[in-house]
This record gives sequence, C-alpha cells and structure tokens, in this order.
Amino acid sequence: MENITNAEEAGTVMQVDIEQKQDTLLVRLGGEMDFGVADKLRKALDNELVEKRAKNLVINLSRVTFIDSSGLGVILGRYKRLVNSGGKVILVGAQPQVHRILELSGLVQIMEEYPDETVALAKIV
Amino acid sequence: MKMLNHCSIDFTSIPENVGFARVAIAAFASQLDCTLPELEEIKVAVSEAVGNAILHGYRNKPDKIVRVTATIYKEGLEIQVADEGIGIRDIHLAMQPAYSTDPERMGLGFVFMQSFSDRMQVDSQPEKGTTVTMFKRIGLRGARARTRAN
Repeated sequence: MENITNAEEAGTVMQVDIEQKQDTLLVRLGGEMDFGVADKLRKALDNELVEKRAKNLVINLSRVTFIDSSGLGVILGRYKRLVNSGGKVILVGAQPQVHRILELSGLVQIMEEYPDETVALAKIV
Repeated sequence: MKMLNHCSIDFTSIPENVGFARVAIAAFASQLDCTLPELEEIKVAVSEAVGNAILHGYRNKPDKIVRVTATIYKEGLEIQVADEGIGIRDIHLAMQPAYSTDPERMGLGFVFMQSFSDRMQVDSQPEKGTTVTMFKRIGLRGARARTRAN
C-alpha cells in the first residue's frame, strides 16, 4: 500500500494499493481524488504501468470519498493511453456521490463499469 | 437579499488548499441544513473554482492568495472564489464544455460549477484576476438557520 500525500508536511489524503494480475494492474484507491493529489497519482500510475508492462487497468474506487475534474482527468488520461494501445480500463465500486460525478462527466458512458473486482477481472481475460 | 452570515478565507495558492477550502465552505454551508448531495455539490463547485484559480489564474505559482467567501442569505448560499492572477481573455470560450488548456484535465470545471449552482457569474480581466460567484438556493430546509437569524 502506497500513500500519496499532497505535500511534504500535509497529512495523507489518498491511499493507493496496486496489485498485478497478469497483464492487468488492479489499483485500489482510497481518499479524495482532487487537484491536490492528481499529479502525484498520475505519475504513480504511469510508473507502475510502464514498470509492470500492464495492458489493462482496473480501478477500484470503493474507498474514494470525493472526486473532482482533476481526479476524472487522471482516469481519462490513463483510459486514452491504454485504449490507444489496445487495452482496457474498467471502473469498480464507485460510491454514489462519486458515481454521480462520473455520470455527469460522461466517463461511465465510455468506460466499462462493474460492481466488484472479480467481475471486472473476469471481463478482461 | 438579507445577509444572515458571512465568512471569508484567504489562503496561499497551493493545491493542498483545495481540500481545505471545500471542507471549510461545506462546514459553513451546513448551517443551512443542506442535504448530503447538496453539500457534495458545494464541495465539487468550490474545488473546481479554487483549482482553476491556482492552475489557470496563478499558473501554479505557490505564493499567491486565493480568497474564498461564503454568504448565507435567506434564499440560499453565495460562494465567491477570487484570484488576482492572469485572468481569462475569452470567458465564453473558457466556459465551453471540454474546453481545456491542459489535455489531462477534462474541461469540466465550469460545467460542474454551473450544474451545481442556480446562478453563476464569472468576472475576469486579463492581468487583473478572476472572480467566480455562485449562488445556490437551499430550499425550505434552511428554515432553521433563517428562523434563528430572524
């Protein structure tokens, strides 16, 4: 489990837990996905994608309590990148308030979304 | 409109303060007996406005000041987010959905601010700064705060 803090002195605001399942990265996020953590989260995900040579990404949002357009941008950026190289990005378990923002943004209309990790991972193979 | 309560917060233009600003304003707004979805909407709107001020207004310069004010009226809540940054040359263009100067952002900041408020106004002058004013009606649920004030 990696913690992304938004400043050296600030408290932890986002938890990132990354697991590899063959050519898929399963990323469990927790906390608030906002402008304060977007850059660091983006870099952390990109590094892992390159290092693990992952083709697909499953993002478990069940412990994300807040998201704004910066957080959505991190998801969309990874989506564009992986889809361009033939991969998939799947969202899992967004809480109602987060899901509403995903809906308004149109992201859930273009991305696959499943209630849990098992179903999501099964859709990839 | 009769002002019932007011707060003003100045903070430095660092990304960490986006979370601080939304939580502070949501705490202030909770005097109005908002529903949870309304509080979430307020949080998103404040995050977008403050994020824009830091990223676009001040181009991520960390030593500037963002001012957020919130005012409770009988009719609802007004939130202002002001910076003294570079300003917006074409407000109409900036407010278009999917308009973004950064490919990693979705250009949804103004869309969310508009969707989550009943009125929104953007005042901006190049090199002078930008002020976003949002007004959100908080229906009859605000009766308790208003009765107290009256």
